Amino acid sequence: MITHTARPLKVVLYEGNGALPLPPEARLKVMTALLDKGYAVSRVTPTSVTATPSDDHTLLLLGTFPQRQAPALEDVTGRIQIETRDITDLDPETVVALVDKTRGDKPMNEPGKWKPWFPVIDYSRCTNCMQCLSFCLFDVYGVSEENKIQVQNNDNCKTNCPACSRVCPEVAIMFPKYQAGPINGDDVSAADHGREKMKVDISSLLGGDIYSALKDRSAAAKSRFSKERSPDKALDERKKCLTKLVSDGFIPMDVLASLPSPDEILRKAEVAKARAAAALAAQPGAQPAS
Amino acid sequence: MPEAPVLLYCRCAYAQVVPSGVKNAVLAQLCESGTSFETVSDLCEMAAHRDPRLQQLAQCGRLRIAACYPRAVTGLFHQAGAPLPEGTEILNMRSQTAEDITQQMLRPADAPLPAPAVAAAEA
Ligand code: SF4
Ligand code: SF4
Repeated sequence: MITHTARPLKVVLYEGNGALPLPPEARLKVMTALLDKGYAVSRVTPTSVTATPSDDHTLLLLGTFPQRQAPALEDVTGRIQIETRDITDLDPETVVALVDKTRGDKPMNEPGKWKPWFPVIDYSRCTNCMQCLSFCLFDVYGVSEENKIQVQNNDNCKTNCPACSRVCPEVAIMFPKYQAGPINGDDVSAADHGREKMKVDISSLLGGDIYSALKDRSAAAKSRFSKERSPDKALDERKKCLTKLVSDGFIPMDVLASLPSPDEILRKAEVAKARAAAALAAQPGAQPAS
Repeated sequence: MPEAPVLLYCRCAYAQVVPSGVKNAVLAQLCESGTSFETVSDLCEMAAHRDPRLQQLAQCGRLRIAACYPRAVTGLFHQAGAPLPEGTEILNMRSQTAEDITQQMLRPADAPLPAPAVAAAEA
């Protein structure tokens, strides 16, 4: 489920035939101001073409036109509504205000008001082991029709928390807005693979040994699992591990504060594990559970 | 003569993980050039809500992108259901200099890609 569906208005800074080029300084300032407000902008010159993708049926074309007269334009296909405005001598703030006005009450995300924070899978590394799916308590991960791991609910992800990237044995989970590599997408080094201990520690967040539980997905294993791991012990481990991750600066404090109640965590962990086990079992070549 | 690539610049406006000196300088150089180009406020923001424009960008033939780590950019497009075509060039404003990036972005269509720029197909 994607809840952020608001798209930026498509703006074209038009310097093609029929328009005059903008003064260089003004061009940069207008472009910067629009981008920093969240708009997507194409610059069009007479010498080269560009993609100008527009899907939202409105295109706003800005330019410096002779006699300050923006031409009336119509899309030959009739699908896109083209608005035109003359911006001769307007300062960047006024241009942004004009664009805002043209957008009207069409919703749009804005920088500073929300942060796009969600895991991105590097499929060239991912082995579809489902450990991220069984780890995440917030239903961020799901499985495609082809039984492939997928990020399905971005918006459930806890802002600034890259915890699941540490669970992935293949270092295949990235958070592009993270500061450090390889989580930010930087190359994965041999040393990045040497984090087994942290992986095991994190797995205890779920209240049990998810690795062995996933390996032998049998009813017997499940009952042994629940006998061996008392909920209290599991919660103690989880707390210890989380506190360590917070003190290391890896997980922000507010993530700890926003965790569900202990009962809810245990319930969610069970559900997540079951989904992962079902997805693994459905993979081609999977051994049927005994 | 190979088809001219579409140039795409990402402003990373929603989190500012790209050094502002680099992204400002790259945008300034693109603006100074006589070329047409595409810019987006934030590819991550677009990928978050599966913006269909990503698909249109991915389908526009050859692409040269100035954004951040090629693995991240490739992953974002893929996750948004808009896998980048083979041969897409991704230049990294988090690790390369502005000079390097503009040189590579604005080089002629048939000039080879100098290291360390990475083609999405290899990333
Ligand atoms: S934990 Fe890593 S390798 Fe396993 S399915 Fe998730 S992303 Fe892929
Ligand atoms: S793709 Fe990279 S440069 Fe662009 S918004 Fe995302 S993190 Fe920033």
